[in-house]
Amino acid sequence: MDDGNEMSEAGPVVRDRPGERWGGRWNVFNRYANPTRFMQLSAKLVPWFAGATVLLMAAGLYFALFASPPDYQQGESVRIMYVHVPAAWMAMFCYTSMAVASAIGLIWRHPVAEMTAKATAPIGACFTFLALVTGSLWGKPMWGTWWVWDARLTSVLVLFFLYLGYMALENAFDDPARGTRAAGILALVGFVNVPIIKFSVDWWNTLHQPASVVRMGGPTIDSSMLIPLLVMAGAFTCYYFWVVLVRVRGEIIASRIRGLRLRQVHG
Amino acid sequence: METVVTFVEMGGYAGYIWPAYGLSALVLIVLLLASLRGLRSREAALHDLQRQDDFAAVRSRRRART
Repeated sequence: MDDGNEMSEAGPVVRDRPGERWGGRWNVFNRYANPTRFMQLSAKLVPWFAGATVLLMAAGLYFALFASPPDYQQGESVRIMYVHVPAAWMAMFCYTSMAVASAIGLIWRHPVAEMTAKATAPIGACFTFLALVTGSLWGKPMWGTWWVWDARLTSVLVLFFLYLGYMALENAFDDPARGTRAAGILALVGFVNVPIIKFSVDWWNTLHQPASVVRMGGPTIDSSMLIPLLVMAGAFTCYYFWVVLVRVRGEIIASRIRGLRLRQVHG
Repeated sequence: METVVTFVEMGGYAGYIWPAYGLSALVLIVLLLASLRGLRSREAALHDLQRQDDFAAVRSRRRART
């Protein structure tokens, strides 16, 4: 099935949102990421990201559960790190992507950017949820508590609510374009939370340990643990790109459906 | 057999490690399947709509001829 042909048959549906300033405007992004080109490109990329996710996840799980040593202080419980840390990184990566995509969407009214922001929100919310729960499961045996209201944990909880707020706002309007714009503004305002999360362990006293990988002066973690961690992080990153491409494809098709329905109603 | 048991016990942290991995797997798999199903159903809906659209175009052309 060739998506390009499908698009040209559909005629005016190529304008994903009828009446919006997309088709007539020429900007740098038009060239590389109009919906038709995105459909062609993403169709080629999806199987690669799917394959990379499966391979990296298998290798990462082998390293994380079998081939890496127990920690000299934390024993076997350190294995939670291999899902907790990549999930937390992805929680922030997804939010950053969402904010950047929202900015491009708000400034240039670029439909694929808007759809990317919308498609990223539930993925980021899932990663944030996993970071919180796996952190809690790690905190109980190591700190003796499931939860503390300290800066790192609280700011990540705020991140989770920002994702939920984004999704709620996105769906709160009858006109999907208005919902995307309102939610995009929320994403940009909420971005201030991302550096707060990153530096919370340096700025405030906290139970949470400081950064041991992404820090000035290089990682302090041993390579027998760093490599499994990076493989799992790679697996999570590929997973994000796989799922976000699938979801953006879904959004593009949904907007074509809206366009066709409008055309049928207005004859 | 004994090595399997020691592996599953995870040095006494089994009750924390396995839920962490299990829940992560569950969440990521459910999100992936939901995203794939959403795409499939929309593809099917678009396909149906386009067929209707084609029928409508043929009918209006016929009407225009008669």
